[in-house]
Amino acid sequence: MDVRSQISMVFHLDKCIGCHTCSIACKNIWTDRKGAEYMWWNNVETKPGTGYPSKWEDQDIYKGGWEVRGKNLSLRGAGKFKGLKNLFHNPSLPVIDDYYEPWTYEYAHLFEAKESDDQPVARPVSLITGEYITPSAGPNWDDDLSGSQEYARNDVNFKNLSPQEQEAMFELERMTMHYLPRICNHCLNPACVAGCPSGAIYKRGEDGIVLINQKKCRAWRMCITACPYKKTYYNWNTGKSEKCILCYPRLETGQIPACMHTCVGRIRYLGVMLYDADKTKAVASCAEEELVDRQLDMYPDPFDPEIIKAARENGIADSTITAAQKSPVYKFVKKWGLALPLHPEFRTLPNLFYVPPLLPTMAFVENGTYETTSESFWGAIEKSRLPMKYLANLFSAGNEKTIEIVLKKLMAVRLHRRDVTVGDLPENEITDPMNEVSMDKETADAIFRLTSLSLFTERFVIPAAHREEAMEMLESTADVKGNIGFGFKEPPKRGL
Amino acid sequence: MFNNFFFIGLPYAALVIVLVGSLFRYFRFGFKVSSLSSQFLEGRELFFGSRPFHWGIIFLFFGHAVAFLFPRSVIAWGSLPVRLIILEATALGFAFLTLFGLILLVQRRFKKKRILAVTSKMDVFVVVILLFQVGSGIWIAFFDRWGSVWFASVLTPYLKSIFLFNPDIAAVSAMPSGVQIHIISAFIFIGMIPFTRFIHFLVYPFVYIWRPYIYVIWNWDRKTIRQSKKLVNGVRSKNF
Repeated sequence: MDVRSQISMVFHLDKCIGCHTCSIACKNIWTDRKGAEYMWWNNVETKPGTGYPSKWEDQDIYKGGWEVRGKNLSLRGAGKFKGLKNLFHNPSLPVIDDYYEPWTYEYAHLFEAKESDDQPVARPVSLITGEYITPSAGPNWDDDLSGSQEYARNDVNFKNLSPQEQEAMFELERMTMHYLPRICNHCLNPACVAGCPSGAIYKRGEDGIVLINQKKCRAWRMCITACPYKKTYYNWNTGKSEKCILCYPRLETGQIPACMHTCVGRIRYLGVMLYDADKTKAVASCAEEELVDRQLDMYPDPFDPEIIKAARENGIADSTITAAQKSPVYKFVKKWGLALPLHPEFRTLPNLFYVPPLLPTMAFVENGTYETTSESFWGAIEKSRLPMKYLANLFSAGNEKTIEIVLKKLMAVRLHRRDVTVGDLPENEITDPMNEVSMDKETADAIFRLTSLSLFTERFVIPAAHREEAMEMLESTADVKGNIGFGFKEPPKRGL
Repeated sequence: MFNNFFFIGLPYAALVIVLVGSLFRYFRFGFKVSSLSSQFLEGRELFFGSRPFHWGIIFLFFGHAVAFLFPRSVIAWGSLPVRLIILEATALGFAFLTLFGLILLVQRRFKKKRILAVTSKMDVFVVVILLFQVGSGIWIAFFDRWGSVWFASVLTPYLKSIFLFNPDIAAVSAMPSGVQIHIISAFIFIGMIPFTRFIHFLVYPFVYIWRPYIYVIWNWDRKTIRQSKKLVNGVRSKNF
């Protein structure tokens, strides 16, 4: 057993209002630079929709992630053989048009235009070439199902839905959507790390954050193909790849990553998960229907004395173990079994878990009014507007049972709270659903509390980084006296 | 005087510059070492340019290297006309492949606005010297036959004398001017490696072949701290 610690996250999709504040916070801090304008390390997609970059989930196009060939786990579109063979031209690399061409507006013209009969306008200009362009794509071009004929209809997750089911989803007044905020998953089995020929991408041992060393990146561009979530981005100006760094300079100083700190709906939770690194390979190569369960088995109980002992032997600090015990992620993912990884079938073992959305599934229109209750709640889940299969394609590699249990648990919590606050339902309508998912009242209350009333310190449990010790290990402190700190001091200028 | 400058001075200057300059750039300006791929901005035309160009020039490089390293074998191979013609024709074929790819790349670079936006002065130099080098090579292949034979018997000893710090330029000085120009521009090319994107072929990712796929870096090893009895245990960041 090789116990390591990993910073992981939970996003509660029922609470996401799709306001994009997270994306803006991230953009302002990290990607407001030449060559990075098109990058959204954090982006929010409307589902159903094709996402950003367009159709990123379709690995027949982008060849991302791992696949099992015979008994071996291999990268679908990168790896030692394919990567080196395709170094001169990578056939499955997305180009900027798959994202969008970044633009600004010619604001100066509003002031400098010569007097004429017409009002001056600020025309859009490309941030790459500086020429006038007509924007025809953007990171949220299909926000709130806009252009659904072109975008939502082409959602990759419809792949095994029957035409009738798909048609039903697009019926007027039955149509449904939810948001899917995405950042880098900081995977346990990261495909970008494996795909990088120059070894520039690595997983930090201490907290599992996946980073790209800007000095070692040589623009071989295999990470972009390898990452099935398309969360590594190529900076066309500096000739280096970049990705979400989980705001590690903030985490190390006890602050919360910007996207999570600013989240208006308070949908985001961050905490430590202990995991057994020895299991990584076996789990990543197991059968598709077992993937979710076996990944969740990799995270042991941080209260178990055996595990604590193994963690200490591995040099994990006591403060980190305490953080793992308080972790909201552990509660959502392991204790309550409410959160699932996005697209586990990519086999990267992502560390960002989603509580699947219940509301668009449950609500329906009856006699012209928007109803969220029905005679039997279980019946409602099966009659849902959003086919269970669709959610299963997103969060459980097509396994509808897994999703159904989670939704039933979420519903049980709601019923219990309705009983507490209103108390208008017959008793068996509350106890039956709760017994079916074996949930007691205390658990339901705890879930309710962490979901709706939790404090900042409960949603984000960050272990101390112990930089006071770390610094001594990195460099001799006397050598750098009077210098400005960590990192390199070279300006990020494009090479010759 | 002229010959001493171009066949003794220039080669040594180029070799010193490429050695010192590349190491300096690698260690001091690591951020600027990149292949600067532009595939992200334009992918389709790159395929038809980049693939032929790179495979072509790799073959030509190893062709020259073999003639330098194993001159006897090359001469022996060329002793039969049929084999000589096959060798020369293959080499010329690859030269045309390189030129074909290069021309496509050049017109892509200057015609596509997006690519032009990421084209530096040094990229223009890169294009010019490559065109010149491949062009003069093809010229020689046509007019100064048969290259594989005289390279092995004339240029190999010359290059060897350079590397052994005992330059002998008698034979080179007597070569036709086409060949001399090809040699001079080759050394200019080598000397410019640290100042252009040519640096990317010095960082070809050979290590990838044998490294494990998943790469974990421990910036600091708490286990070592806890067990260490020394005040300073000398562990430094592996993340240079």
